[in-house]
Amino acid sequence: MAYEMVKPPLLEVTRLGVDYVDPPRPPAAALREITFTVQRGEALGIVGESGCGKTTLMLALMRLLPAAGRIVAGSVRLDGVELLDLDAQAMAALRWKRIAMIFQGAMNALNPVRTVGDQIAEAIRLHEGVTARRTLDRRVEELLDLVGIAANRRAHYPFQYSGGMRQRAMIAMALACSPDLIIADEPTTALDVMIQAQILQLLAELRRRLNLSILLVTHDLGIVAELCDRVLVMYGGVMAESADVDTIYNAPVHPYTQALLQAFPDPTRPAQKLAAIPGAPPRLNDLPPGCRFAPRCPQVFARCRTAPPPVYAITPAHAASCFLVEPTEGGAA
Amino acid sequence: MEQATGGYRGVWRRLRHNPMGMIGLTMLVGAVAVAVLAPWLSPYAPDTVTRVTIMDIYQPPSPVHWLGTDDAGRDVLTNFLYGARVSLTVGFFASFIAVTIGGLLGITAGFLGGRIEAVLMRFTDIMLVIPDLPLAVVIVALTKPSLTNIILVIGLLGWTGTARLVRAQTMSIKQRKFVLRARAVGAGNRYIMRRHIFPLVLPLMVVNTVLVISLAILNESTLSFLGLGDPATLSWGQMLNYAFTRGAMSAGAWWALISPGFGIVWVVLACTLLGQALEQALNPRLLTHHLAADRTLTSLRRLQPDQAPASGTGTQ
Repeated sequence: MAYEMVKPPLLEVTRLGVDYVDPPRPPAAALREITFTVQRGEALGIVGESGCGKTTLMLALMRLLPAAGRIVAGSVRLDGVELLDLDAQAMAALRWKRIAMIFQGAMNALNPVRTVGDQIAEAIRLHEGVTARRTLDRRVEELLDLVGIAANRRAHYPFQYSGGMRQRAMIAMALACSPDLIIADEPTTALDVMIQAQILQLLAELRRRLNLSILLVTHDLGIVAELCDRVLVMYGGVMAESADVDTIYNAPVHPYTQALLQAFPDPTRPAQKLAAIPGAPPRLNDLPPGCRFAPRCPQVFARCRTAPPPVYAITPAHAASCFLVEPTEGGAA
Repeated sequence: MEQATGGYRGVWRRLRHNPMGMIGLTMLVGAVAVAVLAPWLSPYAPDTVTRVTIMDIYQPPSPVHWLGTDDAGRDVLTNFLYGARVSLTVGFFASFIAVTIGGLLGITAGFLGGRIEAVLMRFTDIMLVIPDLPLAVVIVALTKPSLTNIILVIGLLGWTGTARLVRAQTMSIKQRKFVLRARAVGAGNRYIMRRHIFPLVLPLMVVNTVLVISLAILNESTLSFLGLGDPATLSWGQMLNYAFTRGAMSAGAWWALISPGFGIVWVVLACTLLGQALEQALNPRLLTHHLAADRTLTSLRRLQPDQAPASGTGTQ
């Protein structure tokens, strides 16, 4: 199968499953059957509302799940190397060098009592063994310059930075070891719209310049449209729909994607009311037996409540996990 | 949040506005000054024995001996000033040892968790329930009662409270996102403990040092009073011991008892006032207010202090 592909993907996640265990109770199925690929230089958006497993997925890819998290199925391959088989040391060496992260809420992701420069230098010190003060300072200044922060701000503390600058500093930190893939977790949450736009612009520019692959985790479809090539819509720990950005916005097939889009303002129809999706995402310890979206789905029918729908391929680049798109012959992809 | 964690400037600002804390600080600085300047302040050289006749012992305060003389005809004021050196030395060194051990254990247990934590904390509990003083008495009695031994015994027995506090603080700091970030960067446990946890626990350890100083001085005084002090040095406890055992009470020589007692109370009060004020200035609640309570599923979901609640629900 690998021989058929022209370019092997940078990141290949296959049927990933994650449980959260809490011994007396049965494990909570936080992620199931997550499959996607990210090509070199490609930006993939992972979209879903709070609690749908986006952060869990991201942490699972880095193998940084909290103690209760267990990867129970699937594979994560980076350039063909199975990350789930690496020992802890090899994984630590690979983190940040190959896959870096931009954390949500830069204020919390920075240690308040250490300078920003010192924390950016951390990655270089840990991975390249550079300890010479001057070399580190120069590298940090280059990185700050790359994200548009003046070099003299290196020695400042996080609380002396504005929100936008902190996020820029987080991006500089992510670029410290020239990674292939950057996982950006809600990189623009908590920033005002102007700063949001600047940060997105910066990410887009860096991506072009450095040929970065970006995995953008967000609940904001607008950001995805701006930065991403393809989108993976998640719901309750499973994949709902995945396609390129145009298809997701113009021809979504999964009722959840449709509802999500209706909940999002459309500048071409300002008079239209935003439609909230009634109900809340399923609790992980009380999942519906069938489709996880069934309790909230406007187009639900009997079968949805009994069995979880498999992932159907509509076109090679468009897939959805919904009985509505089941091919008429009954052949599942 | 900046104020609570943004270094020592905010702490100093809040401390300055706490009158009790400033009184404690002034008292402690005064005591340290007295100890340091003892050779210049004291009217006589230490251990100067004036001709010991029955007239010289337990002389009441007079222009010649401001605080009178003790059972050996020595000047009580001189003893008092030099005694401050011994008591404060024991206090500072012993509490430094105690807080270092407590901090190390607390950070290790709190950060690593699991079996290591269980073992370390059970050990701490055992040390916590064993009464310090009888154990100290036994150890000092079995070893040579030198100043070094007393410092070690007090230091090695006094770390339990610090260990518990530091552990609790570490457990909340390790939930913060920069720890996850450091891990994502590829940092190991030791690096994170040293570079990320320790700087944030340090203020707590400073407060504890101040509070433990008073405990250490009290313990030293008690040991000395019980006759287990270093006979070669004259601490306040030792002065009390001599006065008590050598008839100061029956001779009505209140000055021989009041002076060292006053010194002990002064320093203990100073440390307690300052320690409590520092504790308020560094209130750990302020350091941890935005931490998630549930650390299994929602470790990443928390309100950012710098964003509106509406947009702050984050992702999971």
